[in-house]
Amino acid sequence: MDFLREMGRSLRLSAALWLLTAVIYPVILLLAGAALPFQANGSLLTTDQGQVLGSALIGQPFTSDRYFWPRPSAIAYSTDPQVAKTGISGASNLAPSNPALAERIATEKQRLQQTGTQPTGDLLYSSGSGLDPHISPASAIAQLDRVTRARQLAPDQLRSLIDQATDRPFLNLFGEPGVNVLKLNLALDRLNR
Amino acid sequence: MLSGWLQIALTLLIVGAIAPFLGRYMARAFQGPDWLPERWLYRQIRHRTDEPMTGGQYLRAVLASNLAIGLVGLGAFWLQDRLPLNPTGLGAPNWDLAVHTIASFLTNTDQQHYSGETAITYGSQVGILGYLLFFSAATGLAVGIAFIRGLSGQPLGNFYRDLTRSITRVLLPLSLPIALLLLLNGVPETLAGPAIASTLEGATQAIARGPVAHFEAIKQLGENGGGFFAINSAHPFENPNNFTNSLEIVAMLAIPTSLIFTYGEISQNRRQAWWLFGLVGSIFLGLVALSAIAEWQGNPTLAPGPNLEGKEQRFGWAQTALWAVTTTATMCGAVNGMHDSLMPGSGLATLLGLFLQMVWGGQGTGTAYLYVFLILTVFLTGLMVGRTPEFLGRKIEKREIILASAILLVHPVFVLIPGAIALAFPEQLAGISNPGFHGVSQVIYEYASAAANNGSGFEGLGDGTLWWNLSATVSMLAGRYLPIAALLLLADGMAQKQPAPATSGTLRTDTFLFTTVTGVTILILGLLTFFPVLALGPIAEGFALR
Repeated sequence: MDFLREMGRSLRLSAALWLLTAVIYPVILLLAGAALPFQANGSLLTTDQGQVLGSALIGQPFTSDRYFWPRPSAIAYSTDPQVAKTGISGASNLAPSNPALAERIATEKQRLQQTGTQPTGDLLYSSGSGLDPHISPASAIAQLDRVTRARQLAPDQLRSLIDQATDRPFLNLFGEPGVNVLKLNLALDRLNR
Repeated sequence: MLSGWLQIALTLLIVGAIAPFLGRYMARAFQGPDWLPERWLYRQIRHRTDEPMTGGQYLRAVLASNLAIGLVGLGAFWLQDRLPLNPTGLGAPNWDLAVHTIASFLTNTDQQHYSGETAITYGSQVGILGYLLFFSAATGLAVGIAFIRGLSGQPLGNFYRDLTRSITRVLLPLSLPIALLLLLNGVPETLAGPAIASTLEGATQAIARGPVAHFEAIKQLGENGGGFFAINSAHPFENPNNFTNSLEIVAMLAIPTSLIFTYGEISQNRRQAWWLFGLVGSIFLGLVALSAIAEWQGNPTLAPGPNLEGKEQRFGWAQTALWAVTTTATMCGAVNGMHDSLMPGSGLATLLGLFLQMVWGGQGTGTAYLYVFLILTVFLTGLMVGRTPEFLGRKIEKREIILASAILLVHPVFVLIPGAIALAFPEQLAGISNPGFHGVSQVIYEYASAAANNGSGFEGLGDGTLWWNLSATVSMLAGRYLPIAALLLLADGMAQKQPAPATSGTLRTDTFLFTTVTGVTILILGLLTFFPVLALGPIAEGFALR
């Protein structure tokens, strides 16, 4: 009996605490989100006609020689028609000792070398989220030749675009620099189609 | 290399600078008078919160409230397809997944055998899991504070008051600014469904989003760790850049590091607090170094440079190693890179954090474990010199040692026994995805993470099965409530003892020598039980890779 009364008491208290933490607190954030619509809605990039192109924070698959390529993704950057409704994220979860990882990396290495791209670490290892928007600056430089040839642009022009698309570490210290592949490719398209 | 070490050192310096202040604030927050709205709230539940509870009453309140909230949460989760805020039209969960998920969030574990995008409606994320994030963290914090009070010879206090204050004075006021900063940096907060994009190459991309920012803040601060999205803080929408990454690391560490100083304030023993902070800090640094070196060295047979499999480019090896050790040491369980793909050295470091449970440790309970080790050290050293063991002037007797030993035994029992059963049936039960020694690590990690109420995992493991859901639920519940019961009874017993005045014969516990002996005791008692599985898992894998 005492235990049941105790349960009732804690439910009454929880009703108030629930209101505070699961209603008032999220509503405050939703209101703040209404004041920051770009961030709150997922930093979406749109065309001039208002069509959604992607998100500034989420990577996209690229295979054409005319574009810089992103890191390998275990989930094809959430573009599988099967997942079209909800969107997904995911990783390979392969252990360093797993032969399947060695095999996958060897295949990837071969593919990159065939296109004349020096294989860098982040272009061989798949990302954690499967949605990584970045590649390392070294990986962007490694793809420079291929893209300049396909687009017939001057390498220096591309170098400055890479530089503009690079997100620096926080305070130039925390974390690694990353070239945002979608932003870089968008800038390429704006330069010449 | 150098910049990697520098960023790790700076992050820890920031934590060290915050902890004494937050610790003092929490001591005042829990010991001070009620605020007006709080008093109004207590009147609503018709409860005299100014009457302290005995250990038994405190425990009954913890168990009754957790059971009540758990049952209501389970019922609501089962009906999630009929509740509002379900833009993607998700269905109800399986019964075993529902039981596992609610037990997981109720025990502050947040082990997830589902993907957030495809299994949990916005309504459940905000209304059910979102409340459990606060409630479970507040329960742990309340128990930690009651334990500190008892150890210092004060009445344990009142559970409902401690629970309320944990939320109104610590968790909510800290979550709010963190959530706003996350939002400002691009963490979404919207009720709109997934965005559908047409990519530059013409593919259709579904971009999951939702009310993430508020969830993310308390997930980190409360040592919960259950991600809004499947891939947790590696997802750019949970952790978009290196400012948010550092903020989330500091949020994970803030409360457990500070509680050591809260103890120093409440027990009026600040000197010992600093010694303990130094002790735990140096074990923590050792684990971070172990992991960081392993990730930096990488896997030269596969690819040049550091190991980046399962890591995000923006975080790199240093921030991922720091996060991996932090999340397993603090029992948060959020990840910003995939632990299954970490090098064996990091697998070892993360497992060590899960086994020790006091390298900062879980919200409230981690600090309590630290003092359990302290009590055992007092007992051992007392035996060595033939003196009656005393801690803060109170005699350590048979009852204390039995309870302390029970607390330390819960963990191996609920990790190793189910682990052995699962490994005995590798085809039927274990669901191992990585062959060889790593498979042993996958199974042991899952149970260690469950029993330690951590929640991270070697996620390749096929854990969405009836066996995994139920056996992990048993480990989570036992790993949560058995130690809490023993801690409260232990604290109650200590509070009722007559303190003996300190004499020149008293064993001082705030010295370098005693702290060092405690460190050795922790390593021997905490790790020796687990050494065989460590040898079979990450250590063997490490040798096999050479």
